[in-house]
Amino acid sequence: MTEIHHIVRVTNVTKTFQMGKMVLQALKGITLEIAAGDYISIMGPSGSGKSTLFNMIGGLDKPSSGKVFIDEVDIAQLDAYELAWLRCRKIGYIFQTFNLIPVMTALENVTLPMTFAGMNTDAAVDKGIQLLEMVGLGDRFRHKPSELSGGQQQRVAVARSLANDPAIILADEPTGNLDLSTGEEIIALLKRLSQETRVTVISATHDFKMLNVSDQVIWIRDGLVEKIENREDLSISVGRIDDREAAS
Amino acid sequence: MNHLNARKTEGGAHRLVVLPFGKSIEIAYKSLKVRFFRSLITTVSLMLAVSFLSFVNVGNDIANGLLAMGDPTLRQALIQSGYDLGEGDTRVEESPKQRWLVILSLMVCVVGIVNAQLMAVTERFREIGTMKCLGALDSFVLRLFLLEAAMQGIAGAVVGAAAGALFALANNLIRFGGPVLSALPWPDILKSLVIAAGTGCLLSLAGVLYPALVAARMAPVEAMRVEQ
Repeated sequence: MTEIHHIVRVTNVTKTFQMGKMVLQALKGITLEIAAGDYISIMGPSGSGKSTLFNMIGGLDKPSSGKVFIDEVDIAQLDAYELAWLRCRKIGYIFQTFNLIPVMTALENVTLPMTFAGMNTDAAVDKGIQLLEMVGLGDRFRHKPSELSGGQQQRVAVARSLANDPAIILADEPTGNLDLSTGEEIIALLKRLSQETRVTVISATHDFKMLNVSDQVIWIRDGLVEKIENREDLSISVGRIDDREAAS
Repeated sequence: MNHLNARKTEGGAHRLVVLPFGKSIEIAYKSLKVRFFRSLITTVSLMLAVSFLSFVNVGNDIANGLLAMGDPTLRQALIQSGYDLGEGDTRVEESPKQRWLVILSLMVCVVGIVNAQLMAVTERFREIGTMKCLGALDSFVLRLFLLEAAMQGIAGAVVGAAAGALFALANNLIRFGGPVLSALPWPDILKSLVIAAGTGCLLSLAGVLYPALVAARMAPVEAMRVEQ
């Protein structure tokens, strides 16, 4: 069991966008591997290519060159149906703006991916309630998103991301629209889930609170990996991180 | 590559992405309910166009019923109220002017529906993107929009057809009085109602087709957009 299972592998990935006559190279050759079960933060200033890389890992975008493997499947080889299946079963998404379906209750939001996955309604409802209890909203499953606070909505979104027992949770700035303490709660929740269920959490973030819980931090700058820091290096360099926060 | 092949052969049963029809109807119904006022406006525009169609056709049906009674004074009254009846004519036909007005009103209605539905799609970009991130196929999104339009179509067309017919009846009663009631040609009126209601449903679906395709083709990454 010494071999590490890499849930995501990115090799020599570049991505260019055509902006009118300008060609913009968002990613300039990124290679990285993410071990299953880790809690990863992707950090970088806006415009660094962080979001592009993130979307690539999430199967939302295809690279211009290079390869992205999710659970050893090359996403460039998948057709629309297989990509939908991948998003449904393998990846759970958490968004900065929560993105709950406004017309559905908390429970219906959580069970929707299970419906897509072909689970029958009774089993989906049972599991949905169980997931909502796990994120601490067991008593609010009948509420519509508009009747929940931001933090509660994000908890529902976390429960929804776990609906089909994904291998990866992709969180795009999950604390971006939350206040300090609510953001900390969501981070703690994600960390707890990653430890309990061994799901790989990958989050793109500006939030330095994330660093404390991350197993690995990937710094992106100008479309390249600037550096990858592991947990051990991080705890030694906490002082430096504080400096960086002050500087930014 | 081996892994990929292994997964492909892993079997169809596991690689399932579905949205049962009952569930689609439930979601479509809820989406309409929650945007009740806005769906009402779309439905009302359809209702008005369909009721005009139904008004014209049922009005002609009633005039034909009166004509069939063979009473010369009624015939005179019909000619006076604007029906173009020649010497030997036994039936009232839809005049070209009426036909153009009906076609125009239906066209205006379709354009209105396309506009309203395009707005609805833009408004729901994030919702659609999110569904796609959760594993929805293009066809799920398309189906949801078509179902919503069908529900709006049925409601608007049925109410519109009935309203148009009632209005035609009232109009003729005021003009020609009592004989109208005894001369009602029920089979013709029923036919006109069905045609009007059917046209309404078709128009609603025709109007939503392009907006629904736009929605279905949307990339899931739109869900990540922060600005509203």
